[in-house]
Amino acid sequence: MGALFSLAAVLLLSLVAYVGVELIGMRSFFGIVIPYVAVLTIIVGVVYRVITWGKSPVPFAISTSCGQQKSLPWINQSKLDNPSTTSGVIGRMALEILLFRSLFRNNTSELREGRLAYSSGKWLWLAALAFHWTFLIVLIRHMRFFANPSPAFVSALESLDGFLQIGAPRLFLTGAILLVAVSYLLYRRLAVRTVRYISLAADYFPLFLIIAIATTGILMRYFIKVDIVSVKELTMGLIGFSPVIPEGIGVIFYIHVFLVSTLFVYFPFSKLVHAGGVFLSPTRNLANDSRMKRHINPWNYPVKLHPYEEYEDDFREKMENAGIPVEIPSAKAPAAAESESGNETNDAEIPVGEE
Amino acid sequence: MAKKPTPEELSKINYSLPYTGWMYNPVEFKDGMFCNASKPESLNTVDFPNARKWSVKDEDWNLPENWKEIVLEAMKERLEKYRSFRLFMDICVRCGACADKCHFFLGTGDPKNMPVLRAELIRSVYRRYFTKSGQMLGNLAGGRELTLDVLKEWWYYFYQCSECRRCSVFCPYGIDQAEITMIGREILNLLGLNIEWIAGPVANCFMKGNHLGLEPHTIKSNFEFMIDDIEEITGVKVDPSFNRKGAEVLFVAPSGDMFGDPGTYTCMGYMMLFHEIGLDYTWSTYASEGGNFGFFTSNEMAKRLNSKIYAEAQRLGVKWIIGGECGHMWRVMHQYMDTWNGPADFLEVPVSPITGTKFENAGSTKMIHIAEFTADLIKHGKLNLDPSRNDHLKVTFHDSCNTSRGMGILDEPRYVIKNVCNNFHEMPEDTIREKTFCCGSGSGLNASENMELRLRGGFPRANAVKHVQQHHGVNMLANICAIDRAALPPLMNYWVPGVDVAGMHELVANALVMKGEKERTQDMRLEDLPEKEGAEDV
Amino acid sequence: MYNGGKIILGIVIFLALAAFPFYGDIGKANVTPEPNLDTPEIRKLEEKKCVEPEEFMKAEHMSLLNKWRDLAVRDETTVYVASDGESYNISLQNTCMRCHSNKKEFCDKCHEYAGVSPYCWDCHLAPKEGK
Repeated sequence: MGALFSLAAVLLLSLVAYVGVELIGMRSFFGIVIPYVAVLTIIVGVVYRVITWGKSPVPFAISTSCGQQKSLPWINQSKLDNPSTTSGVIGRMALEILLFRSLFRNNTSELREGRLAYSSGKWLWLAALAFHWTFLIVLIRHMRFFANPSPAFVSALESLDGFLQIGAPRLFLTGAILLVAVSYLLYRRLAVRTVRYISLAADYFPLFLIIAIATTGILMRYFIKVDIVSVKELTMGLIGFSPVIPEGIGVIFYIHVFLVSTLFVYFPFSKLVHAGGVFLSPTRNLANDSRMKRHINPWNYPVKLHPYEEYEDDFREKMENAGIPVEIPSAKAPAAAESESGNETNDAEIPVGEE
Repeated sequence: MAKKPTPEELSKINYSLPYTGWMYNPVEFKDGMFCNASKPESLNTVDFPNARKWSVKDEDWNLPENWKEIVLEAMKERLEKYRSFRLFMDICVRCGACADKCHFFLGTGDPKNMPVLRAELIRSVYRRYFTKSGQMLGNLAGGRELTLDVLKEWWYYFYQCSECRRCSVFCPYGIDQAEITMIGREILNLLGLNIEWIAGPVANCFMKGNHLGLEPHTIKSNFEFMIDDIEEITGVKVDPSFNRKGAEVLFVAPSGDMFGDPGTYTCMGYMMLFHEIGLDYTWSTYASEGGNFGFFTSNEMAKRLNSKIYAEAQRLGVKWIIGGECGHMWRVMHQYMDTWNGPADFLEVPVSPITGTKFENAGSTKMIHIAEFTADLIKHGKLNLDPSRNDHLKVTFHDSCNTSRGMGILDEPRYVIKNVCNNFHEMPEDTIREKTFCCGSGSGLNASENMELRLRGGFPRANAVKHVQQHHGVNMLANICAIDRAALPPLMNYWVPGVDVAGMHELVANALVMKGEKERTQDMRLEDLPEKEGAEDV
Repeated sequence: MYNGGKIILGIVIFLALAAFPFYGDIGKANVTPEPNLDTPEIRKLEEKKCVEPEEFMKAEHMSLLNKWRDLAVRDETTVYVASDGESYNISLQNTCMRCHSNKKEFCDKCHEYAGVSPYCWDCHLAPKEGK
C-alpha cells in the first residue's frame, strides 16, 4: 500500500515536471523558482528542527554503555563504546556517524528446532554505508556546477570516482553503487517480512524518490545527454542570484532538478532529519561519567518525601525493641514526637500531586 | 496461566505476521501476558491520581472524563522536558535493526514487541497531534487518533517491555525504547494505570523503606537467621549494625537479598566479606532498598524513593556508600541519583580503607558498586580465597541489562568470579556483555500472573544457558541482580532444569577463608560440599 | 543540560557547508564560454561543418571519440561513415585536431568551465599552439 502510493507519487512528480517544462514551457518556474524554494526550505527547515530539539533539555545522563566502564585503573575501559571523556565521545560519535558503528553490531536471529541461533547480519550495514557515502560523494561531485572553475578537490574526487575509465563520459562508480545500494534498501524493505510490516509510506517515498533522482542523473550523464555548459550557465546563474534559463537544456534535467528539490523540501519534515538528529542522540553523545561529574537537570524540582523522622514515628517502638538506634527515644518525649510528625511541615514546601 | 504449556510447546514461537497493518489490529489481552491492575490503596499511599478499583479485562477502565486531554498535555510537557523523547519520536527511520533484538519479540513473536513498533504505538499519536504532516495527512503520514483502544495498547505493550536497552545498543541513532517506555508508563500513571506488582512495592518502599515492606524489626530478625546460618557454616559470628551513626560506610542492597533464597546467600556473602576485612559499615532500615520500582512508574516517584539514600547517609554521618548487587538499582545510582538528589557534598570520595584505592570514578556520587570494591580487594591480595570450595559448581555469568547497558560494569564481576571459582564458562558472544539478554522479568514485571510472558521473555537467555549447560556442564548461573535472583530460578527450572542461580557474593562467600573459621563442610546453602580429592589447596 | 553552545556551533557548520557554493560566486559575472571556431583550417572550409551536426557533436562528441578509439585500436577500422554518408579518417590528431587546431580555445574552454578532465591527452599529443 504505502509502497505503491509512494511509487505513484514519485512518478506523478516526474510527470508534473515533464508536463510543466515540455508542454507548458514553465522553464523558469522549474529551473529557478522551485530550486530557490527548495534550498531555502531545507536550510531553514533543518535549522528549525535542530533548534526545536535543542530547546528540550537533556535532563539525565542516559548514555547507553556498550562496553566496559571506566572504573579501576587495571581494568581495560572500552574507551570508544563506553567513553568517559569528551575525546572518547568524539571518537564514539565519529565512528557512529562516519562508519555506522551501531549498525555494524547487527546480527540476525533464527529459531531452529526450538533454539535461537544468531548469525552475522552485516548486509544492512554495508548497504546503508554504501548508500550514504556514495550519496555524499555524488553531492560533492555536483559542486562542479556551483563554482567556476570547478574546485580542485572535486576534480580529484571525480578522477578517483572514474578511475576505471569505462566509456565516455567516464563511468562514475559512486552513481552506480548509489543506485544499487538504495535499490537493495528498497528490496529489503519489501522482502524482509518484519521490515515490511513496520514500513510506512514515509519509508518508501524517499527510497523511490532517491532511486528516481539517481536514475535521471545517470540517464542524463550517459544516455539522454544535455548540454552541460548550458546547465552550468543555469546553476551559476542561480548561485550568483542572476538566474538565467539558457536555451536547449533537455527536459530530463528539469525532471532531475524537480525531484531533487522535492527531496530538499521533504527532508526537514520527515525522518530524513535523522542526519541532524544523530548528532544529538543523548544515548550516544554523552560521556558515561555520571558518577564522576554531576549532570544537571534544569527542571529538577522538589518532591514530596517520606523523611526519616516520619519513618521513625511510624516504627519507633518496634525499632527500640529490636535494638535499632532511634533519634527520639519514646521514653523521653512520646507525645511531642507524635504531634510534630512532620506531615504539615513537609507538605507545605512541596508541590502537591504528580507533576 | 491456566494450563501451563510445556517448554516444547512454548518454544514453537509463531513469528508469522498478520495481513492487516499493525494500526488496524486492536490489542488483544492474552492471559499470562500481563500483570494485575494497581490497587487504589497503593496509589493513594503515594498520592497518585485516579486511584480506583479496576481490572485490566474490564471494558471500562474508569478513566477521568478528560483522559485524552491529560495524555496529550502530558506528551507535550515531556516533549519539552526530554530531548530524548522528542528526538526519538522524530528520527527513527524504521530500518528494523532493533526488531529481533528484543527478548520479548524473540519469545512471543508478537510484532508489537519489536522495539520499533512498540515505539510506533506512541509515535503514531505523536505524529497525529504534534506534527504538521500528521495533522494534515493523518494516516497517510503515519498518524493515528488517540482512542481508548490505543491507550489500552500502550498499557499492554509498555508493560511488556523490561526497559533493558538492548534495542538501543543496535540502533544506529541510539534510540532507546526504555526511555520511550518510561515516558509512556509515566503518562499512563497520570490516569492511574499502573500494575499492582509495581504500585505495591512503590507504596511499601515509600512508607517502610523497602519494596517488600519489611519493617525494621523484621529486617533485624531476618538478619539474625542469616547470622546464625553463617555461624553454622563457618563458625564465625558476624555482627552487622543497623542505623548506626558514625560508621564510615553506608551499605545499601536490594531488599530482595534480605528476604528470599537465593538472595539471602548473597546477603550473607556481603556480611562475611565486610566482617572479614573489618569494614566499619552500617545497614539502614530506612534506606533499606537499593532498588527503585518508582523508576518503573515515573521520574518523580523514582526521585522520591531514591532520596532516602543520601538523606540517610547524611543523617548517619557516613563518609561514603557501597551498593549491593542489583541491576536497575545501579542504573538509578549511576545515571540518576546525583542529578535528582545530589550534590552529595557532605560525603567524601570513596577510598577503600583496606587497599587505599581511591574510587575516582565515583568522585561525585560517592557511591561504588560492591563488585568494584571486591575486585579491588582481590587485586590487592587482601582476601584469602579458596576457589576449590566452588569446584562443585560450573559457573556462567549473566550480565544484568542495567549494569551492562546503563553503566558498563562487565569485567569487575568476571574478575571476581574467576578468582573465586575454578570453572567459569561464558555464554555465546551475542548473549553477554552489552548484548546480554534480559531475564524476562525486569522493570517490575516479575509477578506470577504474567508467568507466560516471563518465560517467553526469558527464552533467549535460557537458550544461551542451555548452550553452556550442554557444552560445558554449567550448573550455576551467577549474576549481580536481585530481580535475576528472583526471576531466573523459575526460568531455569522451566527451560534448563539443573541450573541454579546465585549472586556473585554467594560465590565469594563460599571461597572466602575467614580468620578463625572452622573447616567448611557446607556451602552457603547449607548443602554438603563434595569430598575433596587430594585436598591440598591453599 | 542543553549544550546550547555545541548545537549553535553545529548549526553554524551546517550553514557554512550549505552556503559553500555561494562563496565568492555572488555577483560574479556569469560568463559562458563559447568554443572558438576561428582557425586557419576552418576558415579554408567552404561548407563549415563537422563530421556530424553541431547539436549532436555538442552532446555526444565524447561518445563519438570513444567509439573512434575502439574502432581504431580494437577493430583496426580506420574509416568512419557519418550520418550524411561522407567518410572520414578515424583520427583524433589528423581529423579532429586538423580543423580544431586550437585545443585551448576549443576543447579546454568548455571542459574547464564544466569541470571535465578528459584523458585524451594522456596518450595523444596535443597540438602545438602559441599562446
